[in-house]
Amino acid sequence: MLGILRQKVSFGGSHISIVEQSFLRIRPAVNASRGYTSAAKEMTVRDALNSALDEEMSADPKVFLMGEEVGEYQGAYKISKGLLDKYGPERVVDTPITEAGFTGIGVGAAYYGLRPVIEFMTFNFSMQAIDHIINSAAKSNYMSAGQISVPIVFRGPNGAAAGVGAQHSQCYAAWYAACPGLKVLSPYSSEDARGLLKAAIRDPDPVVFLENELLYGESFPVAAEVLDSSFCLPIGKAKIEREGKDVTITAFSKMVGYALKAAEILANEGISAEVINLRSIRPMDKATINASVRKTNRLVTVEEGFPQHGVGAEICTSVIEESFEYLDAAVERIAGADVPMPYAANLERMAVPQIEDIVRAAKRTCYRSVPKAATA
Amino acid sequence: MSCSFSAVNSIQPRSLSTDNPSITPFKPTPSPFLGSTLKPRFNSLKKSPSASTRRRSSIVAVSDVVKEKSLNFKSSPSNLLITKEEGLVLYEDMVLGRAFEDMCAQMYYRGKMFGFVHLYNGQEAVSTGCIKLLKQEDSVVSTYRDHVHSLSKGVPARQVMSELFGKTTGCVRGQGGSMHMFSKEFNVLGGFAFIGEGIPVATGAAFTSRYKREVLKEADCDHVTMAFFGDGTCNNGQFFECLNMAALWKLPIIFVVENNLWAIGMSHLRATSDPAIWKKGPAFGMPGVHVDGMDVLKVREVAKEAVERARRGEGPTLIECETYRFRGHSLADPDELRDPAEKAHYATRDPITALKKYMIENKLASEAEFKAIDKKIDEVVEDAVEFADASPHPGRSQLLENVFADPKGFGIGPDGKYRCEDPKFTEGTAHV
Repeated sequence: MLGILRQKVSFGGSHISIVEQSFLRIRPAVNASRGYTSAAKEMTVRDALNSALDEEMSADPKVFLMGEEVGEYQGAYKISKGLLDKYGPERVVDTPITEAGFTGIGVGAAYYGLRPVIEFMTFNFSMQAIDHIINSAAKSNYMSAGQISVPIVFRGPNGAAAGVGAQHSQCYAAWYAACPGLKVLSPYSSEDARGLLKAAIRDPDPVVFLENELLYGESFPVAAEVLDSSFCLPIGKAKIEREGKDVTITAFSKMVGYALKAAEILANEGISAEVINLRSIRPMDKATINASVRKTNRLVTVEEGFPQHGVGAEICTSVIEESFEYLDAAVERIAGADVPMPYAANLERMAVPQIEDIVRAAKRTCYRSVPKAATA
Repeated sequence: MSCSFSAVNSIQPRSLSTDNPSITPFKPTPSPFLGSTLKPRFNSLKKSPSASTRRRSSIVAVSDVVKEKSLNFKSSPSNLLITKEEGLVLYEDMVLGRAFEDMCAQMYYRGKMFGFVHLYNGQEAVSTGCIKLLKQEDSVVSTYRDHVHSLSKGVPARQVMSELFGKTTGCVRGQGGSMHMFSKEFNVLGGFAFIGEGIPVATGAAFTSRYKREVLKEADCDHVTMAFFGDGTCNNGQFFECLNMAALWKLPIIFVVENNLWAIGMSHLRATSDPAIWKKGPAFGMPGVHVDGMDVLKVREVAKEAVERARRGEGPTLIECETYRFRGHSLADPDELRDPAEKAHYATRDPITALKKYMIENKLASEAEFKAIDKKIDEVVEDAVEFADASPHPGRSQLLENVFADPKGFGIGPDGKYRCEDPKFTEGTAHV
């Protein structure tokens, strides 16, 4: 269905209507289900991840979790709470502080058909193990000509938290998404977290799963289907969180929340913004993004990471390459400041995109006169 | 402080001799330097280093004792280390390794092979001595010097040669090359260019073996893993991380150090604070064994015990094989830093001639049988070259293949099919 659609959207103009028709088809469902949200269950991202891990581990005995503090400490951020009691220390493995070692052990186990979930306390520590993520996990299926696939998931919090300083705040989406052989996912809501983590664990390829520490405690409404144990989201499809017709705002992880709030503000000023939740950084859903830009003719990309060679750079270039004639304004890229993350709270606030930045950028694309620089 | 330090340095196999009764190295000293009060556990092999305390040097080949015993009983074949069949298998494997690598050098200089090629000449005793003990289900992880490990494990010479030529009939269809030999059939898990990278992967394979036995309840799963790496790797952090975890979780892995004394042009003695690599095993709680890596029978004895230990579930072993590579680090290495006298010395200790001599002296086989094997191997290698020459280059479409096992990126649904092909599939089922 949509898989076939994805191949057919060849940007030949006439095919766009198919995508638009699908939007029209979905919209009534969206409106209909919006009516039920108040009655829907609420779930925190933490519970979503925990339940996803729990269900996948109980469904397949080859799935095991390995990382620092995942067992007796119940998870550094309590994501793996209760799993040790349920599955035992052989399947919820507390490791010494040896990222390179245990990541490599996970890769070796995955070579043999086990399905490890390797947790990094934050993705900053994954740099100690990045050799294994890239060289022995991502490249192996290719180097072995398909003989050895690596069904492994690397997960953990990514990006800035609150006041944790430069070495604990980097966003690694752009680094991992640059590498062929990896799939890179970044959920926003609980539904994303559950569906994408289950898909990642079932996927036969290495998946880098970038969570966000500040989202763990946030609650989102979830429909009944999300709670089903076979619920899975497709890898490589973005989600249109909010429909609009004036400007496209793309974001992932925590920035989706900011973008949605910015869209509310813009709506009050008469600008209808379409917010796309990327969900999957690699493979990136360029089809959805381009279709949206062809509809709205304006693009603002939002990310928390460093601007140079970032996710936004890739999206902007993709849109320029494929939908140039449709653009009515220059593409706008919002990213974190090009500095290591400072500690002071006011500086940190300036180093990360805020809602006002997104609003300002959207207005600029709509040619509202707004100064470019932020006022401190 | 200095006295406690010297106590550390004197923890050697010879310490159990009666020479120095005042030194009791197995007792923990009270110095805060040492930290742990656990007794260092040494080689728990039957032929422990302490048995060879007669030797003055601390670097003692463990199975020297065995060899000496066997030499004393020359006439009775039952005390020999190998039978005739085993001996011929070992000889053939070593000759295959040597002939293959020599042919690689020829082909490289003729332009048929390119890039990085690292040859194994001189180290055949380690590969043959260790790998010939393994079953097909056991796995081997190696570094870039992996041609002969793959051959010993069973990968056909044709496939390895084709891979080196970059043809599509290679063991990984020409996508890996000299440094990345993978074979699922024979459980060769690579082939890694970064030294030390293969060690955690090997530890993971051993983890899987234990997991299968304990969690998945495959009761007879006693697969072991052998990780091969060099002296330079033994200073790398990943090596120590894996020694720790392998010993901690008692994983069925054998760490085989091919100490050929040189890491490209860096001598082992210039790079390592304590050159005795086998000592690093006991520091982590596993036996550390030092063996003469130019003698295939000694290597085989030591490896056999290590494999049996691992199969019984007693955990890992670190085997340091002192060996030598006759050629440079790679075919691009001019090999200027090594002393010609050193090379000449080791050339006289060629493992193949040593085995041949042993077998002839003990009347296990005749010269004619060895010549027949030599001839057979020459034919095998020639055939491999012809096969590789005649094989096609990879097609253009092969460039983009095999990046993912699941290229559509949509994930596989519960029924095993791609979810996006399921007619009931809707994208993002819950649009709240």
